[in-house]
Amino acid sequence: MSTNAKPKFAMYWAASCGGCEIAVLNIGEKILDVDANFEVVFWPVAMDAKYKDVEAMPDKSILLTLFNGGMRNKENEEIAHLLRRKSQILVAFGSCACEGCIPGLANFSNLDDIFKAAFDSVSTVNPDHIRPVPNFEMPEGVIHIPEMNPILKTLDQVVDVDYYMPGCPPESHQIAAVIDLVIQVLHGEATLPPKGATIGAGISTVCDDCPRTRNVKTIKEFKRIQLMSQIDDKLCLLEQGIPCNGPATRQGCGALCPQAGAQCIGCYGPAEGVVDYGSRLIAAFASVIDSNDPDEIDRILDGIPDPAGQFYRFSLAGSLLRSGKTAWDK
Amino acid sequence: MQRITIDPITRLEGHGKIEIFLNEEGDVANTYFQIPELRGFERFCVGRPVEEMPLLVNRICGVCPEAHHMAAAKAADAVYKVDPPPTAKKLRELLYSGFYFTDHTTHFYALGGPDFVMGPDAPVAERNILGVIHKVGLEIGGKVIQARKNGHRVVEIIGGRKVHPCTSIPGGLTKGITEEQRKEIEEIGKWGIDFAHFSLKLFNDLVLGNKTYLDLILGDIYTHHTYSMGMVDENNKVNFYDGKVSIVDPEGTRIGKYAPSEYTDWIAEHVEPWTYLKFPYLKKVGWKGFVDGKDSGVYFATPLSRLNASDGMATPLAQEEYDKFYKTLGGKPVHQRLTTHWARLIELLYAAERIVELATDPEITSPNFHTVPTQTPTEGVGIVEAPRGTLTHHYKTDERGILTEVNLIVGTTNNYAPISMSVKKAAQSLIKKGTVVNEGLLNMVEMAFRLYDPCFGCATHSLPGQMPLQVTIRDSNGNPIEVLKQFC
Repeated sequence: MSTNAKPKFAMYWAASCGGCEIAVLNIGEKILDVDANFEVVFWPVAMDAKYKDVEAMPDKSILLTLFNGGMRNKENEEIAHLLRRKSQILVAFGSCACEGCIPGLANFSNLDDIFKAAFDSVSTVNPDHIRPVPNFEMPEGVIHIPEMNPILKTLDQVVDVDYYMPGCPPESHQIAAVIDLVIQVLHGEATLPPKGATIGAGISTVCDDCPRTRNVKTIKEFKRIQLMSQIDDKLCLLEQGIPCNGPATRQGCGALCPQAGAQCIGCYGPAEGVVDYGSRLIAAFASVIDSNDPDEIDRILDGIPDPAGQFYRFSLAGSLLRSGKTAWDK
Repeated sequence: MQRITIDPITRLEGHGKIEIFLNEEGDVANTYFQIPELRGFERFCVGRPVEEMPLLVNRICGVCPEAHHMAAAKAADAVYKVDPPPTAKKLRELLYSGFYFTDHTTHFYALGGPDFVMGPDAPVAERNILGVIHKVGLEIGGKVIQARKNGHRVVEIIGGRKVHPCTSIPGGLTKGITEEQRKEIEEIGKWGIDFAHFSLKLFNDLVLGNKTYLDLILGDIYTHHTYSMGMVDENNKVNFYDGKVSIVDPEGTRIGKYAPSEYTDWIAEHVEPWTYLKFPYLKKVGWKGFVDGKDSGVYFATPLSRLNASDGMATPLAQEEYDKFYKTLGGKPVHQRLTTHWARLIELLYAAERIVELATDPEITSPNFHTVPTQTPTEGVGIVEAPRGTLTHHYKTDERGILTEVNLIVGTTNNYAPISMSVKKAAQSLIKKGTVVNEGLLNMVEMAFRLYDPCFGCATHSLPGQMPLQVTIRDSNGNPIEVLKQFC
């Protein structure tokens, strides 16, 4: 390729919190490498957003698009289709795009209940139970807002995805490493991983990066972290009874939360080869329970106060479950 | 009827959009500022254990997760009726001051600042952080990057992560800090005081010394007479982490202060069917629509309102600047909303001073950073001042501490009505019969909401400091007759 036709780069946020963008901005001077090697054609956080200009581009003219955020409404989906069409490589970037993240927990509820919680809350004065509507006629004309989907979908439930980059948000050093890799590929010094691969993370689990000691000890009860008077700062949290998601969660963050005394909550998604995150975590928890008595096992498991959230906190929308039955109830 | 659509690509609960309708004469008939997305946190947090809330609600906003983390931690303390030990409260406030330092720096240098340093009419290509650096010197660029890094470093040391901190739990924290970390934070605070002074001097030289800007700031376009809100300590000084919420009327009289648990006596929210975001207002005054004045329950919650609602700053250097602020602007309260940028720098100085105060507190490295709750969890409210407004989290739980009800009034939401009003007033003042809508003018409308640092603008995280805007002017049949864009 000629030097004055740099490959094109795009980044987009759908239903997201903005943390992915902050994580990218936190790569610091590496941003300059992006600028030196790519022409940034679409990145709402950093430059004017030109949907029309993207639409006008030839198909596949963007080399690399990092797409974060979940699919909460039709507008999110339309932009996902547009960027898929225009991009050679589409990366599901961050937990929302990969597996739904925390906002995916909405898939346990239906829209009526979501609206009720928001628009009939204890501080809301709404005697007529008004709800937002997609098209509303004002004296001056009709004004529009996008219609919400009944459930939140992941990016690959809407369009074909080439790579997955997990994390909530992806850690900046991992983002920098992926950018380095793509630049090496551009210079013919490396090759891309096979389609469908997870990038910017390890293949093992958070436990592999965690400096806490594991003694393969088993437990008689699960504990709530705030109710513990003493937490050993050297010993595995799970072996102290704290429901830590490390054993099922992909390595990539460097075990930040367990090192800060907090349990892993699973933001890097399933480790390599794990089909269903929740199933793997249930197996991991089962393996530390010190009992063969069904009643005692039940009692120990009752110590996990919110199993649905514990096992599918970040991964519900992308899991085999995808949603609870309630989401579709009217 | 002509129609102008301003379509910023934004965040918080999705993307924001402004519709401006012109009448047959070409004057502004009405404006609508719409928030077209809802993610449903108040619903799906029900059923979760209360100790997870500081982690879950981080994901409401990746720009200010620290604010949600702290409001959730305080609400969870209240649910368990547990009072964290002094060290835990001080560490949380220290983390929070580091966060404020980064956040206010980003806004002033990357967002609000360029309008003044470069001028509202400067070419768009120059009206950004790079333009600022070119004008005032490369060295400043390095300082701004250092300031952001420093604040994030404080968050990382205490919160365990740079984005989405993880260490606050009901009753305190999961970890303390070492003497070495304390020293590092103290140095960051000292450096920060110099940086804040430097920033205030820059504002003085470039803005207050320029008559054109001064006229713009003090003119009517950006002025609204509403109630002011802000959290204060027991001496009625501004506090970001703890205290009571003070309300001051448009004439400057304090009408009351409320504790977090009393918020529903004071605040109510209004619903409109054309947007997913609600409009909070003062319950005792009532919702009278998008209007100014003492009879309208509309209030604002920003750095400016916090100064208005307080009797001063709790640190000496910030207090000097507070006095100068009101002396220069003719006394309290100040209603010219563009002065919010100045107020933000006074808060920047306070945050830096507070970092040093807390980092040199003898208790700060104590290992006593958690109190085990002993009461049965029930209900609790936590309030902090987010940079973008008073942030309220209200939880109810069952006896196991599993959430049964969640209500959130988020920082920027407080300002939804005033932002809508400011946009309308700016549009009405600037778009008149025969006026050609050009880029400079669009920027003047944009400045009306940028001053609130709204989270649903990409305000806080726009690298070159530009709110991307597209304005489409349509004829009465909906056909576009002109498209204007702001480029970076």
